[in-house]
Amino acid sequence: MNLYTIMGEALRALRLNLLRTGLTMLGMIIGVAAVVLMLSIGQGAQSKINESITSMGSNLFIVLPGATSSGGLSFGSGSVRTLTVGDSEAIADLLAVKATAPVISGTAQLNFGANNWSTIITGTTPDYFSVGGWSMDSGSFFSASDLRSATRVAVLGKITATNLFGDVEPTGKIIRITNRPFIVVGVLAAKGQSLSGRDQDDNVFIPLTTSERQITGNQFPGSIRYMTVQGESAEVMDEAEAEIIQLLRQRHRIRDGAENDFTVRNLTAIAEVATGAAKIMSIMLGAIASVSLLVGGIGIMNIMLVSVTERTREIGIRMAIGANRQAILAQFLLEALMICILGGLAGVILGISGAWMVSQLADMMIIITFGMVALAFAFASAIGIFFGYYPARKAALLKPVEALRYE
Amino acid sequence: MYPVKSDTSTKPLIHVENLCKNYSLGSSTGDPINSQVLFDVCLDINPGEFVAIMGHSGSGKSTLMNILGCLDTPTSGHYWLAERDVASLSSDELARIRNRYIGFVFQGFNLLKRMTALDNVATPLLYAGLNRSRSRKLALEQLRRTGLENFALHQPNQLSGGQQQRVAISRALVNQPQLILADEPTGNLDSQTSSEIMALFDQLNREQGITIVLVTHENEIAAYANRLIRLKDGHVIHDESQTPESISATI
Ligand SMILES: Nc1ncnc2c1ncn2[C@@H]1O[C@H](COP(=O)(O)OP(=O)(O)OP(=O)(O)O)[C@@H](O)[C@H]1O
Ligand SMILES: [Mg+2]
Repeated sequence: MNLYTIMGEALRALRLNLLRTGLTMLGMIIGVAAVVLMLSIGQGAQSKINESITSMGSNLFIVLPGATSSGGLSFGSGSVRTLTVGDSEAIADLLAVKATAPVISGTAQLNFGANNWSTIITGTTPDYFSVGGWSMDSGSFFSASDLRSATRVAVLGKITATNLFGDVEPTGKIIRITNRPFIVVGVLAAKGQSLSGRDQDDNVFIPLTTSERQITGNQFPGSIRYMTVQGESAEVMDEAEAEIIQLLRQRHRIRDGAENDFTVRNLTAIAEVATGAAKIMSIMLGAIASVSLLVGGIGIMNIMLVSVTERTREIGIRMAIGANRQAILAQFLLEALMICILGGLAGVILGISGAWMVSQLADMMIIITFGMVALAFAFASAIGIFFGYYPARKAALLKPVEALRYE
Repeated sequence: MYPVKSDTSTKPLIHVENLCKNYSLGSSTGDPINSQVLFDVCLDINPGEFVAIMGHSGSGKSTLMNILGCLDTPTSGHYWLAERDVASLSSDELARIRNRYIGFVFQGFNLLKRMTALDNVATPLLYAGLNRSRSRKLALEQLRRTGLENFALHQPNQLSGGQQQRVAISRALVNQPQLILADEPTGNLDSQTSSEIMALFDQLNREQGITIVLVTHENEIAAYANRLIRLKDGHVIHDESQTPESISATI
């Protein structure tokens, strides 16, 4: 009996007991669907984090005013602003540091013609562009001379540009920021969300000097809200951190043993932690889903064992008319395998539609790769063979006369 | 030693020497109870013979038939089928022999449920390696020969007992075996149907020279055979060729 005919026999047997076949298959369907769904959610979360990390720029520190308390970071609007532009410039001169970008920020109302849009305004230096790993969508970032002369130039984030201008090209146009006219010199290319989930593209950037004097004002002249520091390379990050801390303690005249009045955070390290956590999460999701697949497999074994017992007489008859052990083995194994393959197919479809629904309803990023579908499918087939083999072997090893006598 | 129908130069199709069969059953005391069902059975059956086996219930007829049909193995003794020592054959070779050389007919028909008569008859051909369409074609021809072509698409539960047994016989015949083993083939049938079935066996034996070994409780059925073997408590107590005259004498 060739494989094709045995397949026909197996299919016929499955059709004869549709309800049971369906219920067994359900276990497989749910298992495979769960694996596909969980893997796609895990992958989605992971790639979202990766996207945020690459968008962040590389080898970054963020230096914030205020000490790190055990409960996290304490810097409120009321606290004294201990970081200054001078600090930023001094840090930029350190050997292990490539560049720094001091930032003061606030919110502002933007107008273009009849359109208005309220967003975060960031006053910074031209280095912000390279430190943050930005690129331009159109135009250019403001220059060092803009910073020196505190000109009224603005660079828009992509979302801000779209909201304010629609289809109009913003570069070269005049907008009003809190009623003062600014010329738009460029629009940044979109970056998406940051690790903390904040949208990085809804923003307007102006020279630090302009911001300080004309827009946000400054309670404590020269002080900044925070600064971003870029290390020379990944290798010197620890060194850079130590240098920054030493320099700032010196500049702020902090006595030995006293607490820092600033906080240095290594964003790359935070990113690594986040990536690691996402990885663990996807592994755990996969593991949980695999358990349901395993349970489905045990269901198959259970049903196949019942089926072998129930059909002992049939097996005896088949042996009496010439079936050899391989033929019996193949028939029962193929029955199990077909439940898995058909269930696996349905499960993949269900899993993909489920993932799509999750992405629509929960606004989550979902990634489905051919690899994970193939994995779930291969896993299902392996379970079919693994759990189908024992009952099939049991059937094949029956003695013809005993099988025939079975009532 | 035993009377044979044809000339003595013919090699026996079945040659059985000192065949014994024991069954051991577990008992409440834990020690297995050993019961012997066949005692030193010796038999030679030549190609073309039509043998009837008779005996009381429990005398070991089915046990012997199962061994002859390679469905069961003896506890001791030897069995040569067409000069091959059955004990030396692998399970695959036994399956092949059951498929090609032996056709088994049971009292309870033993058709595969929820399968049409046609598919039932085609199954041995499938196991012989033929494809489905070729198997169906040959199976239909076989059903035609047994007069069942109108019932080809009926399932066993849609057929009368006689029709079911004819399907079973068709299935036994479809691979053109040399040997038919029939264990009370008419046990579940009325006398009219029984004689139809027996006429079929008789025809197969006379026209195609198929060797037939048949178990029965009825003298009328045994009368179709040209040799009669009687078993009693696992012993062969009678083995004689019979002619119509000798039969009427016994009856
Ligand atoms: N699997 C078995 N285990 C134990 N004993 C068995 C088994 N099969 C048969 N026997 C015993 O072997 C003896 C012969 O049984 P067998 O079926 O060969 O009788 P039989 O001559 O065919 O009887 P009947 O005419 O009723 O069919 C019986 O006593 C029976 O109890
Ligand atoms: Mg019997």
